[in-house]
Amino acid sequence: MWTVFWKELADNFRSWRFFIIFVIICLAALSATYTAAQTIIENVTRTPTEFVFLRLFTTSGTTLPSFIFFLSFFGPLIGIIFGFDAINSERSRGTLSMVLSQPLYRDSLINGKFLAGLTTIAIIIASIILIISGLGYRMIGIMPDLAEVGRILVFFIICLLYVGFWLGLGILFSVLFRRAITSVLSTISIWLVFTLFISMIAGLAADRVAPVQDQSDVDAVLEHQRVQETTMRVSPTTLFGEATETVLNPGTRTLRGIVLVREVQGMIPGPLSLGQSLMLVWPHLVSLLTLTAICFAISYIRFMREEIRST
Amino acid sequence: MAQVMLEARQLTKAYNSTVVVDRLDLRIQEGEIYGFLGPNGAGKTTTILMFLGLTEPTSGEARIHGYDATRDATKVKRITGYLPENVGFYEDMTARENLKYVARLNSIPESEATQKIGDLLKLVGLADVANQEVGKYSKGMKQRLGIANVLIKEPRLVILDEPTTGIDPEGVNLILDLIVHMAREQGMAVLLCSHLLYQVQKICDRVGIIVDGKLVAEGSMQQMGQIMTGEGQHLLEVRVTQLDDKLIESISAIPTVRSVERLGDTLIIKSGEDITDKISRIVVDAGSLPLMIRAQDYTLEEIYMKYFREE
Repeated sequence: MWTVFWKELADNFRSWRFFIIFVIICLAALSATYTAAQTIIENVTRTPTEFVFLRLFTTSGTTLPSFIFFLSFFGPLIGIIFGFDAINSERSRGTLSMVLSQPLYRDSLINGKFLAGLTTIAIIIASIILIISGLGYRMIGIMPDLAEVGRILVFFIICLLYVGFWLGLGILFSVLFRRAITSVLSTISIWLVFTLFISMIAGLAADRVAPVQDQSDVDAVLEHQRVQETTMRVSPTTLFGEATETVLNPGTRTLRGIVLVREVQGMIPGPLSLGQSLMLVWPHLVSLLTLTAICFAISYIRFMREEIRST
Repeated sequence: MAQVMLEARQLTKAYNSTVVVDRLDLRIQEGEIYGFLGPNGAGKTTTILMFLGLTEPTSGEARIHGYDATRDATKVKRITGYLPENVGFYEDMTARENLKYVARLNSIPESEATQKIGDLLKLVGLADVANQEVGKYSKGMKQRLGIANVLIKEPRLVILDEPTTGIDPEGVNLILDLIVHMAREQGMAVLLCSHLLYQVQKICDRVGIIVDGKLVAEGSMQQMGQIMTGEGQHLLEVRVTQLDDKLIESISAIPTVRSVERLGDTLIIKSGEDITDKISRIVVDAGSLPLMIRAQDYTLEEIYMKYFREE
């Protein structure tokens, strides 16, 4: 498997797609950070001074969204681009038959390609985080403290889990479909559903299951909210968004959109420790991991016993 | 007693209700070149795929050097080289890089691999283009690279699917020489699939004809020829000092003669029985003298057509 891994990794770094993605994400990251830093500097007197560094990632400017919004929306595309033609390009180039007639287990091919893709993505994301940190430090003049560094590391891992899922999905479709165009269109359709349409679907579901009228009492409203949130969490984009918000905003203590006044009164103000923040989101991380595992399971089932012809 | 390298017992493959390979029994020994002939769609490639674990047999078993081809596929692939009909290489890598990748997949140590690759490239005549991208190679060059690819793991069994189809005559001879070298000098068992009967006839020790998934005839060239003679098809080539139509008439008059053809100054006579003696008598009686009377060996094409036409 490692032979496949190293070759695919080298191929990834030599490819056009790596170059283009890196340039785009660099530009997006730099512009998002620049406006975020500006906003932080302008509002420095009005906001608390803890965890300022983290706000580089989460603050949005007037016209540009924050960096994590950009990542939640376009991160999947990175995963998809590295995965959508993993297996079907080997088929169309005629090399699949050649490689599989060598003494290696078939799953090594999928695993090697996945790991190479994930490593490439990890290097890209890590570089971007470092670039943002560098630019941010330059602009706001504040170094991150240990707690912030810890949260940034956890953020990095959440990014990997998220993009890793989309990579796995891309590879799954590259196994299922013969032609790269079909696999890329299918994965992009799923991306659209999970990013754009999920909120509509969630709203519709909530309206059907737990409808709310003007005179409804608190419980009905809460129920509606609950159904909506749960449906939204079907989408990995929501899971990523909630997880990163919680990790990068230590003040986040609940994931619920509506919090009753009596509940707020019982809360102790102040930021959460990293462990406490993680307790809020561990289900999210496990779900992302499980989704990726399911993609792999289906890929294996399909690929392991498939007939491989050279023509 | 040479070792049996490949053994198929009642090997069957059916897609839904269509039986593509029907209870095939086959044995190939080391050092033997076995020709696998048959029309398109007869089941040759499917049989080969079953030998390599690239598809699963419906019933029956295939063993290569004792290993089960489906269950111990990796062990089989370690000792089997496969050159498919459309050999695929990574076009953006050079020949040397492609071979290095395959060597690594076969766990051949780096130093040994470099030496082997150099020798093999020389053997197949690609030494001076070894550092060019395979995308620029002609079909003949790719085919020769395919042979180098097959030999790099020093296999005990080599399976070639249409290795000379579409190659220029000079390239064909080079490839045929390489195949003979594999069997004679390196003691490999060779399974050769081809439509090009003349070439198969030149180098194969034994031949098997497969039609509609069944092995309808098998044997050495001599044995195959005897099948034809046994069926009452004798071919005589006759040259005489004085050739005229009267002589041809007298020969045609012999009851067992099926046809008499004149090619220049040679007569080709097809008869149900061996009539060499009768021909000599007739020639002398006609006032001529026989210069040459030769029983012609059957070409593989005639034998093949007989079975093909019978279906």
